[in-house]
Amino acid sequence: MFISNTLVYLIALPLAGAAILLLGGRRTNKWGHLLATAMSASSFGVGLYQLMLMLDRPTEQRPASQKLFEWIHVGEFKVDAGLLLDQLSICFVLLITGVGTLIHIYSISYMSHDKDRRRFFAYLNLFIASMLLLVLGDSYLNLYVGWEGVGLASYLLIGFWNQKPAYATASKKAFVMNRVGDMGLSFAIMIAFATMGTVSFVGVQEQVSQTSEAALTAIGLMLLVAAAGKSAQFPLQAWLGDAMAGPTPVSALIHAATMVTAGVYLITRSNFVFDAAPTAQLVVVIVGAITLMFGALIGTAKDDIKKALAASTMSQIGYMTLAAGLGPVGYAFAIMHLLTHGFFKAGMFLGAGSVMHGMNDEVNMRKYGALRKFMPITFVTFGLGYLAILGIPPFAGFYSKDLIIETAFDAGGAKGIILGITTLIGASITAFYMTRVMILTFTGTKRWDEDAHPHESPWLMWLPMAILAIGSVSSGYLLSRGDALENWLYPLFDHSDEYQKHLIEPIIVSGMALTMVAIGVAVAYFKYARQEVSSTAPEDVSIFTKVARQDLMQDRFNEAVFMRPGQALTTTLIAADQAVVDGAVRGVGQVALSSGSALRGLQNGYVRSYAAIILVGAIALIAAIWVVVS
Amino acid sequence: MDASNYLYISALLFTIGAVGVVVRRNAIVVFMCIELMLNAANLSLVTFSRINGDLDGQVMAFFTMVVAACEVVVGLAIIVAIYRSRRSASVDDASLLKR
Amino acid sequence: MKWLSLLMLLPLAGAAIVSALPKGNDKAAKQAALGTTLVVMVATIAMAVGFQRDNVDLQYVESYAWIPSFGINFALGVDAIALVLILMSTILAPIVVLAGWNEAHGGRWSVKTFYILILVLETMMIGVFAATDLFLFYVIFEAMLIPVYFLIGGYGSGERSAAAVKFLLYSLFGGLLMLAAIIALYVMSGAQGGHTFDIDKLSQLQMSSTTQNLLFLGFFIAFAIKAPVWPFHTWLPDAANSATPGTSVLLLGVLDKVGTFGMIRYCLTLFPDASKTFTPLIMVLAVISILYGAFLAIGAKDIKRLIAYTSISHFGFITMGIFAMTSQAQSGAILYMFNHGFSTAALFLVAGWMISRRGSSTIADFGGLQRITPIMAWSFFIAGLSSLALPGLSSFVSEFLVLVGTFTRYPVHAIIATFGIVLAALYILIPVQKALHGPTTPGNESLKDLNLREKLAIAPVIAIIVALGFYPSPLLKVINPAATHVISQMGFTDPAPSNGGK
Repeated sequence: MFISNTLVYLIALPLAGAAILLLGGRRTNKWGHLLATAMSASSFGVGLYQLMLMLDRPTEQRPASQKLFEWIHVGEFKVDAGLLLDQLSICFVLLITGVGTLIHIYSISYMSHDKDRRRFFAYLNLFIASMLLLVLGDSYLNLYVGWEGVGLASYLLIGFWNQKPAYATASKKAFVMNRVGDMGLSFAIMIAFATMGTVSFVGVQEQVSQTSEAALTAIGLMLLVAAAGKSAQFPLQAWLGDAMAGPTPVSALIHAATMVTAGVYLITRSNFVFDAAPTAQLVVVIVGAITLMFGALIGTAKDDIKKALAASTMSQIGYMTLAAGLGPVGYAFAIMHLLTHGFFKAGMFLGAGSVMHGMNDEVNMRKYGALRKFMPITFVTFGLGYLAILGIPPFAGFYSKDLIIETAFDAGGAKGIILGITTLIGASITAFYMTRVMILTFTGTKRWDEDAHPHESPWLMWLPMAILAIGSVSSGYLLSRGDALENWLYPLFDHSDEYQKHLIEPIIVSGMALTMVAIGVAVAYFKYARQEVSSTAPEDVSIFTKVARQDLMQDRFNEAVFMRPGQALTTTLIAADQAVVDGAVRGVGQVALSSGSALRGLQNGYVRSYAAIILVGAIALIAAIWVVVS
Repeated sequence: MDASNYLYISALLFTIGAVGVVVRRNAIVVFMCIELMLNAANLSLVTFSRINGDLDGQVMAFFTMVVAACEVVVGLAIIVAIYRSRRSASVDDASLLKR
Repeated sequence: MKWLSLLMLLPLAGAAIVSALPKGNDKAAKQAALGTTLVVMVATIAMAVGFQRDNVDLQYVESYAWIPSFGINFALGVDAIALVLILMSTILAPIVVLAGWNEAHGGRWSVKTFYILILVLETMMIGVFAATDLFLFYVIFEAMLIPVYFLIGGYGSGERSAAAVKFLLYSLFGGLLMLAAIIALYVMSGAQGGHTFDIDKLSQLQMSSTTQNLLFLGFFIAFAIKAPVWPFHTWLPDAANSATPGTSVLLLGVLDKVGTFGMIRYCLTLFPDASKTFTPLIMVLAVISILYGAFLAIGAKDIKRLIAYTSISHFGFITMGIFAMTSQAQSGAILYMFNHGFSTAALFLVAGWMISRRGSSTIADFGGLQRITPIMAWSFFIAGLSSLALPGLSSFVSEFLVLVGTFTRYPVHAIIATFGIVLAALYILIPVQKALHGPTTPGNESLKDLNLREKLAIAPVIAIIVALGFYPSPLLKVINPAATHVISQMGFTDPAPSNGGK
């Protein structure tokens, strides 16, 4: 493997930015945002430089590594602070720093009226650094540091306006649910060490062939728990909707383009484990399929533009997870969808931010309408992202999503048919709710509040949106031209049981997909464009809509099954600690005290009674001796 | 004469003394009853000395007398002091040390 | 150079200086105490530099005849475990003095007395870890209660007298059991080659398994009370609640470590077979402590009690690591003792400042502090993150080592214990949300942020927490040989990778 000594700058630059801004305090208020943006941009520059170096090397020499220092060495448990940049991580590095820099630029304007803007940029830089560590770490434990680091950054950013109690609660909820996932990652690392004696990616890959399938399945399932927590996959998905409490650029960067895709990265990175554990793989596919539908269904009922987009993100990551669960044929497509999704979803979130910016931070789409004329640039960029997520050729989503649907059908048998149909229906529902978002926001009649004065956002905001829109248009074509991404990632995955012929011709799959999308669009068109839309959410809706509005009861479920019993347990334990455990201690004291006061009654102060007691005692003693002796 | 008769007397005296200590209130009487018990013990000691044919018991009896004398000195002084302060020689009145 | 006796004498000399100061000159007393503790800290670091880390024998050994007729010596010496703990104690001491600059005011006795007690306590903290004579250890173990008793009862708040008495009686009870076991050991040593209190010689004693089990329990219960392990923990929340923040730091950070230190140094060394017999039970107690402490912390309404409960959870991890008998778990446990000292110190000191500003220790009375007092809020937040073992901070390294090491031998225990990390997120983030986030609660608008002295006190603690999170190697290299030595003495080796049964 190629040894590099410049990888560390990728992480060090944004980390330094965060440190300077946080430690510098108010002194850095004036130029903090510029520094943070510069740090992110220069990290992107380093990433491009690394890509060039990588392209210069022959295929087998492309992965580069760097050992920084000895981190934890105890007995056989040896983990160094080491970085690994290979064909997979460079994709993420460029996505993170590229989209990250655009969002830094956007935020300069978006957050310009916030007096804590410096702190916001510090958190953004902290996030970039942690996320880079996550994708660059050369072992599961190093990944874990980045994994929790992004969790922390996400917590800080969701709760950026934590003076509002609901936002503070949302950030706590995100962190705690992520911790449940992190626990899965801990388990995976522990099992890996106990069974294989190593936790580095290279080491685990080498040991896979010597390890039993049961252990690998356990590791795989635990990695899936971790992935579910971070990527908002079923059953740990409930935090993502609330995470929209954060400023919109955060939703674009963390909760759409980068952090939430870390689960897909983890599964793809651990391809060697999953390839050897078919059961775990099957569970991954199932989780992906469930989440895909789950997110899509929630998306249909949300009136909050950000929550609708968040549900969409959940659903799209479901697609990626599903693809990653399909094994070597799917990894590259999962990553491709991840990259294209990074462009179009970040673009749409920024668009939503731009709309909110013009509408006094209103997020209810029922209060929008007819914004096309007032925000033409936002409309166009958002529209391009819309076409991309729908999968209309030749936009990005067409390439990446169709490949996933094809691969799903290729799984063969009943599994293939179920997965294929699920992905097709998902595509249709996606078309429905995204069309709904477009219609409610940009067309139709004005349903604004009286004090709304919509206007186009300044160039610092629309420029990143435009760049992302270009990505939404072109990235799919570029990545799939001549199977570019597939070939690029090819050396990383095990291709021993390939290559099979497509079961259904790609052109037929595309036709089916486009038909489903057309149905979704048509339904939305007739429901929302041809009828008057009320500016308040109608109450007389079907039970399904009501359930979907409540996020399919996910919070109710968590409350009923975990929170309430947990609170009851806590209350009981506190009472029991006072009454039983401490009660036993105080009980011993009480016994001593009360026996003392009982005996105290004998001490009545009357000499004669003392004398009588002495007498009785003496007689009893003599009698006792008498009995014993005779 | 059978030496055990002396022991019976001694036991009788001791019992009288003990009962006196327990039932009487007047400190002086209690005191005298204690003296009675001591002397009952002395009588036993002397009797045993006689039975055993050595002087150990008599020596012990002298010790007892000395101790009794000391006790009288201290005890009477206390009783007088209590009487002066409380105008009473009843032992039941001097129950300040209870509890 | 007689490092250890020098270290023990320095604080005593400082105490003498403080007591010689004229009455009413509080500032001079504080400065003298701070100066003394700083000198001790520097001396300890100087000593630690000369420590040979690959040598598992006791180092810096000193021995003076104390009561020759009973074979009692004033014998000192340190291995890596003791060294690390002494280092922690002497670094914490000046921080506590500096952080609690004004906490002696309003006490029952003078400010001078407070610092004399602190300095005497420091001598004992060094002595209790350095003693290699069982009798000397016992004497210091019990004598340490005296200054702490007066520190809680004389300078604390709330029900300070009751808490101090509870603490004293509870500890004395444990000490009594240990005393009985020590006397038994002494008597047996007389029958097997001469009366002695020397730990090395005592560990060679032959005894029946019943005797060993009983004596083990005598020691273990004393240490379990000190540590504290569930169900011997109830004195801790009361004591920590009533003590001044500085005293609480010394109580939880240093004195409680005597319990876990004693488990390694005395329980494992003197009674290896009994330790193995009781390991299953102790592992269960440790796991209960982890979850139990966490649940109580989640429900705690008082910030000081909350920190005390989190410590019960953390001590569960340490105990589990000690008895899991793998090098990772053992090293992790020892490192955990060191790290816990600093993360708890940070939490307690910042909580103390919050309480003294607000005049209340109820979490619900705070709110929105992040916007009023950002530096104080950040300090509390970082301390909390260290307590929940966020990777990149020191506690993560030790907690993960304990878990991964325990997993290789006791997977079920490790899995249940790992649920503690989710609970940890809750018990830290709930007070963070209530106290630091949300709208500003009425009465908090004019709270002052940390002043220079407080910043100077908290900065080194946070620096240590962060630095050891990223670069624990220097400390691990010292600890590893000692941990491996303990394991091998017990006749254990690390389990080999199982390959999952393939």
